[in-house]
Amino acid sequence: MWQRLRAIIRKEFVQTLRDRRTLLIVLIYPILLLFLMGYAVEMQVDHLPTVVVDSSRDQRSWQFLEAMESSSFFDLKYYVQSEAEAVAEIDHGRARVAIVIPPGFAAALERGDAQALVVVDGSDALTVQSAFNAAITVSQAHSVDLLTRKLERAGLGGKGASLTPLDVQTRVLYNPDIRSLVFMIPGLVALIMQQQAVSLTALAIVRERELGTIEQILVTPIRPWELMLGKILPNVVVTLFNMCTILALGVFWFKVPFQGNLGLFFGMALLFIFSSLGLGVLVSTVSTNQRQAQQLSALIQLPAMMLSGYIFPRAKMPQVIRWAGDLIPVTHFLQISRGIMTKGVGISYFQDKVWVLLFYGAVVFFLSAKSFKERLE
Amino acid sequence: MSLQVEVRGLSKYFTSHRSGEVNRAVDGIDLDVQRGETFGLLGADGAGKTTTLRLLNGLLLPDRGVARVAGLDTRKQAREIHQRAGYMPQQFSLYGDLSALENLRFFAEVHGLTPGQMAQRIPRLLEFARLSGLQSRPAAQLSGGMKKKLALACMLVHEPEVVFLDEPTLGVDPVSRREFWTLLSDLRADQGLTIFVCTPYMDEAERCHRVGLLYEGRLIATDTPQAIKRTVPGELVELRPAALYEARDLLGRADGVLEVQTYGDLLHIFVDNAGRRMPEIEAALQAQGMAVTGLRCIEPRMEEAFVSLMLRERRQGRGPSAAQQAPT
Repeated sequence: MWQRLRAIIRKEFVQTLRDRRTLLIVLIYPILLLFLMGYAVEMQVDHLPTVVVDSSRDQRSWQFLEAMESSSFFDLKYYVQSEAEAVAEIDHGRARVAIVIPPGFAAALERGDAQALVVVDGSDALTVQSAFNAAITVSQAHSVDLLTRKLERAGLGGKGASLTPLDVQTRVLYNPDIRSLVFMIPGLVALIMQQQAVSLTALAIVRERELGTIEQILVTPIRPWELMLGKILPNVVVTLFNMCTILALGVFWFKVPFQGNLGLFFGMALLFIFSSLGLGVLVSTVSTNQRQAQQLSALIQLPAMMLSGYIFPRAKMPQVIRWAGDLIPVTHFLQISRGIMTKGVGISYFQDKVWVLLFYGAVVFFLSAKSFKERLE
Repeated sequence: MSLQVEVRGLSKYFTSHRSGEVNRAVDGIDLDVQRGETFGLLGADGAGKTTTLRLLNGLLLPDRGVARVAGLDTRKQAREIHQRAGYMPQQFSLYGDLSALENLRFFAEVHGLTPGQMAQRIPRLLEFARLSGLQSRPAAQLSGGMKKKLALACMLVHEPEVVFLDEPTLGVDPVSRREFWTLLSDLRADQGLTIFVCTPYMDEAERCHRVGLLYEGRLIATDTPQAIKRTVPGELVELRPAALYEARDLLGRADGVLEVQTYGDLLHIFVDNAGRRMPEIEAALQAQGMAVTGLRCIEPRMEEAFVSLMLRERRQGRGPSAAQQAPT
């Protein structure tokens, strides 16, 4: 038995190493994805090119605009004469935001009924959200600032005490600078691991069937589970190697902190890889050729991206969608990965996820061993 | 002598997913192969040769009947059969990205050979298959004939007592074909191996002790090549007429003609008495203004016998309407 298993594993390794081009793609893919995520993906949009219509041109309007600019969300790049011209700038894509200040801004401020208009390019969801929130936050802060000064001038300011009745202090745990990468890396590791584990395993098994080599294998004493295990183990090594690459790049290049226990992370990753590989075997049993296997793996990857909580928080999803997400192993590992990497917590904080992954792995392996055909029909 | 392969009423039906039509790929075969015998299963493409071999190797389950290989039931003891039999599929089924030596080593290991056995057998097999100088070349880069020899070597690595070969010389040049059969004869002579080979080539049938003719899933004859050739009716006359089909139709109705077969631009005519009918045939054709060349009496070959048996089977009319093409 061990001799057969060893022979299959050796064969798989030799085949993997000999197919240089595929191996290169498999090893470079996660690095490429990581750099794309690291440099191109930014959930929070700032330095929006902004066009200004300042019909007042007084000190107060200038102060307001400066407050907007110093928030770093808006880059005041163009000055035009009318609102129509400002909208034209957005139409042409030269600006994403327009700030319109009506005439007599200073006087209106003194009266307490000043108005300013912020026009936002609605064609991009992230821009709208960022610009909208920034405009409100900045103008309210500016408003409070003005009010404070007004009250102080009126002699109502308490010495040393804040004039606002409530002052909310916020502190963001684990990720004080709110860097997207700190959220992204633990998820990315999980997602890439699942994608490669599923597709590599499915392809390795389906390839035997497509090339007809399975017919020769079936007349040897090799048992189905030996063939599966022998094909899976080399993929475990490749997947673990890629995991290390992503972690190392994340920690050393992108300076994403790794708070928890590395050994625990490896143990959990191994458990996760096995359940993903089981899913790969299951994919292979329902695919008749490599193209089908590839497509089916991609089909699993899409909901994994959407439903696992990698990008969109699961808390807001309808219950049915959440159940669908539960069927994908990455959903469970994502919380373990974030728990260990970002929060630095131990196994007791995500014990239930561990059981789920164990159960999941056992079920998919049982199902795939059952459906693996020992004959050609 | 004991039976190496024993088949009784073996049947395998395939149902088309789309039309629900049932295809009787193998239809009630009875067959015995003695130990040490070389048995050839002959048949046109689609006659059921590959299905029969897969049934014998436990790769398919029969719908009816039983098959025993080395006394083991193919239905329940497939794993034991695999240890004592070798199977070479029609299609190249080794790993193209592994070298010849790596392929041999892989099959040796999965069959549980010890390092000592491997060190002894693998060089011998490479030499036997005349692949010693090519052992590190990827299998995919070997020529058609070399691939077949490598597959043969891989199949022999666990020293089976019976081997099943599915069209082993398909797509192989004539020189390599001859070489391959020499290897098989050596095996039979040296080790007393039982060889069960499927082939569409009639000349290869002559190399077998006994042959079975498979036609539309049914075994229509099983005997020695000599006996099968004797089943052809009467004597055989060959000629090359100017107008092939007119001549065929004309002679088919002539006195003393039992059967007419076409081979390219040649007609093979089975007659009750060649000496008497040859002048008659010539005269009949010339009366219709058809020139006749190459008229001679020939010895019937396997091919004529096979086509003759097939035509007889078709005339008896149990076969489905989808008539098989005669092998050419």
